[in-house]
Amino acid sequence: MAIEPVLFYFFAIVLVAASAAVITVPNSVHAVLFLVLAFFTSAGLWLLLEAEFLAITLVLVYVGAVMVLFLFVVMMLDINVEPTREGFIKNLPIGIIVALIMMVEIVLVVWPNFGLQSYGAPVPHAANYSNTKELGYVLYTVYLYAFELAAAILLLAIVAAIMLTLRRRPNSKYQDPGQQVLARKADRLRIVKMESSPRSAPGSNPGEES
Amino acid sequence: MDKVYLILALSPLVGAIIAGLFGKKIGRSGAHWVTNIGVAISFVLSLVVFNHIVLNDAPTYNATVYQWLLSDGINFEVGFLVDELTATMLIVVTFVSLMVHIYTIGYMRDDPGYQRFFSYISLFTFSMLMLVMANNFMQLFFGWEAVGLVSYLLIGFWYKKPTAIYANLKAFLVNRVGDFGFLLGIAAILMYFGSLDYAQVFAGAEGHANTTIEIFPGVEWSLMTVVCILLFIGAMGKSAQVPLHVWLPDSMEGPTPISALIHAATMVTAGIFMVSRMSPLFEWSETALSVVLVIGAITALFMAFLGLIQNDIKRVVAYSTLSQLGYMTVALGVSAYSAAMFHLMTHAFFKALLFLAAGSVIMAMHHEQDMRKMGGLRKHMPITYWTALMGSLALMGIPPFSGFFSKDTIIEAVGASTIAGSGFAYFAVVVGVFITALYSMRLLFLTFHGKPRMDEHTLSHVKESPKVVTIPLILLAIPSVFAGWLALKGMPFGDYFGDSIVIFDQHNGLAIAKEMHQGDPWHFLTHSIMTLPFWLVIAGIATAWVLYVAKPEWPGRIKDRLSIVHRILDNAYGIDRLYYVVFVKGSQLLGKGFSSVGDAKLIDGIMVNGMANSIGRFAGVARRMQTGFLYHYAFAMIIGLLVLVGWFVLK
Amino acid sequence: MISLSHFLVLGGILFCLSVAGIFLNRKNVIILLMSIELMLLAVNMNFVAFAHFHGDTAGQIFVFFILTVAAAEAAIGLAILITLFRNRRTINVGELDNLSG
Repeated sequence: MAIEPVLFYFFAIVLVAASAAVITVPNSVHAVLFLVLAFFTSAGLWLLLEAEFLAITLVLVYVGAVMVLFLFVVMMLDINVEPTREGFIKNLPIGIIVALIMMVEIVLVVWPNFGLQSYGAPVPHAANYSNTKELGYVLYTVYLYAFELAAAILLLAIVAAIMLTLRRRPNSKYQDPGQQVLARKADRLRIVKMESSPRSAPGSNPGEES
Repeated sequence: MDKVYLILALSPLVGAIIAGLFGKKIGRSGAHWVTNIGVAISFVLSLVVFNHIVLNDAPTYNATVYQWLLSDGINFEVGFLVDELTATMLIVVTFVSLMVHIYTIGYMRDDPGYQRFFSYISLFTFSMLMLVMANNFMQLFFGWEAVGLVSYLLIGFWYKKPTAIYANLKAFLVNRVGDFGFLLGIAAILMYFGSLDYAQVFAGAEGHANTTIEIFPGVEWSLMTVVCILLFIGAMGKSAQVPLHVWLPDSMEGPTPISALIHAATMVTAGIFMVSRMSPLFEWSETALSVVLVIGAITALFMAFLGLIQNDIKRVVAYSTLSQLGYMTVALGVSAYSAAMFHLMTHAFFKALLFLAAGSVIMAMHHEQDMRKMGGLRKHMPITYWTALMGSLALMGIPPFSGFFSKDTIIEAVGASTIAGSGFAYFAVVVGVFITALYSMRLLFLTFHGKPRMDEHTLSHVKESPKVVTIPLILLAIPSVFAGWLALKGMPFGDYFGDSIVIFDQHNGLAIAKEMHQGDPWHFLTHSIMTLPFWLVIAGIATAWVLYVAKPEWPGRIKDRLSIVHRILDNAYGIDRLYYVVFVKGSQLLGKGFSSVGDAKLIDGIMVNGMANSIGRFAGVARRMQTGFLYHYAFAMIIGLLVLVGWFVLK
Repeated sequence: MISLSHFLVLGGILFCLSVAGIFLNRKNVIILLMSIELMLLAVNMNFVAFAHFHGDTAGQIFVFFILTVAAAEAAIGLAILITLFRNRRTINVGELDNLSG
């Protein structure tokens, strides 16, 4: 008895359950956490499929960054959950029906056509095979332009996200280096001419003159 | 000879273009010189052509000059067909045109539209030449429409005169009716013969002699009859046959040289020429010939009556033109095409002469056209008088003037014909002779004889017209006198026209007439003096003398006695009134109906606004689908996905 | 033995669940975004499975790019969400009908 089917069914069941939980739990924070669980189990499945780099990336990037961002947002916003839940029960039957029909259709298409008889199990790679190296090799040669584009998209996303959320607070204080550089001596320094009178009483009040 | 034909046709066009577009630059004298020279070139070349084709018996010239376009095997081209028929027409057209050009220099001397006028008449000459020289229906139609256009322009030449504008509009519209028939005829020819070329169509005529077509379901008509009658409707429009004659009297609103050139000598004879040209088609349909005959007879007789009561000098001549055109049409109807052409030629000379003489009188009378205010002009305008007298004698048919030969030939041919309607036609033309003599002499007596009836001031200024006016009169008087005598033997009775005219033996009345006198002018003359028409002319002259010279008070009394007849004649049988009520009112009614029902309700209501409204309604429904709610769009996408996957499953 | 069909069906189940999620939580934008993430995960699952069974790395590269774009999308989506919440004090989709014609 191989270990793969066991692992597959375990991960699959957890994945499906976690996904189901994501869409049904009333609390958004819980939903995000279930989504994290779904990603984790997916990463496990991908390991089964010998996609080690992607599995690690999924955990690092998705769980580590995106999901945390989600959590962040959910927790930061003071969301009143009740109105967003309305219609859940009402939509339940139709949602289930649509999902079931789609499921049946997909299974009908997929199941008979992609079995082992048409796609045999591939030969496992050798132990010293590096999926990361392989992907990196392809990514920086064949898909270089696409890779650059992806980088540009990410940059764009960063700029866009900052621009969207940035807002000027009218009473916050901040420095403007551009204005600081432009400052002249005349703006800051005023030379006052005054008579020097060493003869007179040295300790007398000079502040009066200014 | 190709170049000769080309220059012959194009030189008036060049003159017209120069005078028309650069009239201001070249000035008045420049305009008349350039156009006169253009037409003179044409005339000289016409003589050359006449010499070449007729006298030297050269073979018929038939060639394409320019291929305009070739569409689905149908050739549209410009080409010349020059045979005896064309050569004769060329002479007539260019000669009369040249005379009128010269005459115009004097007649239009003070008119501000001098250059424009010369440009128009030269353009007319070009159009007419294109018409008569055509070797295909397309070019024929071009010339046909072009002369119609120029006629329109010239009738309305004095465009500030409302009556002139009405008259040219009327001429244009009535001609449209005829042209519509003509166009249908050409279309039928194109449909059945598959060609527009004369030679091919004529060659195919025999093959279609028994073809029938079904225009209305269940009624079969002979193709040749339909085609010929349709073509003849075109001729009716141009040659002003009843009931499409109404435009010609009104066209006298134009300047007199135009009346002479276009509305007497050349353009109105285009229909006669066309039917003669189409003789190979018309011969195949006796029905069509009968129609032609009857229409011509009606025109010849009833238009002559109208000439009796007109007081406008030009209108008298106009009605006489209508009547004479009727004679020619009658000749066509009895297959005496050569007689028709003969009369066309002599008529062109003497009628142009009469019009120009009338114009000369009008000039002397300071543009007064009412004959009741004339009289006694004989002494003051001798040249005009004598030339007008010769023209009138020719018109009446006094031997040996040209009109006598041509008219008597027609009468003889009608008498010898056995075609349906020839009895009525014979009666009409014989009675017409009497009437013709009556109104012609009435015109002469009222204008030139008796006591002067104009006021003192006008009388003191009456003098003979200048040389540019009288010389054309004299030049036209010469053929008016001699053309008949010279051409009699060859033209109607000989084989002058050769192959250009086809006559079947069973229709050939002329041949019977020929047996009596062998076409010899002297025999013809002595023979005719014994017959009824001659004595009717004499009777007509006598009657006119009695009524307008001896007993000038009688016409008024007759008018009172027969006031109903006079009213009918004065209203020209009420045809104008009828057309007004039926067509003008009718089309106004129809137009109103179309405008309120067709346009306002159907097009605006249902089509235009209806379409907009239905789009608006549809958009109103479609708008509801765009709720703006995200989940609705998502839902639509999912449904689409479902259907797509379902399609994969079912496949 | 686990065949390609197993993974594809698993992907299908995930996809259907996310569709159902869009249906059920149609008022809550955050859950909608998460459903979309799930959907992308399902697609990725298919890609990885195909890549494995075809012995071709192109599928994995594709997943790589999908992850990139999905991350960008999540970032911008959440940014929009925050702006929206700031302006309207709600994330209820039922109240967002400014697009309605």
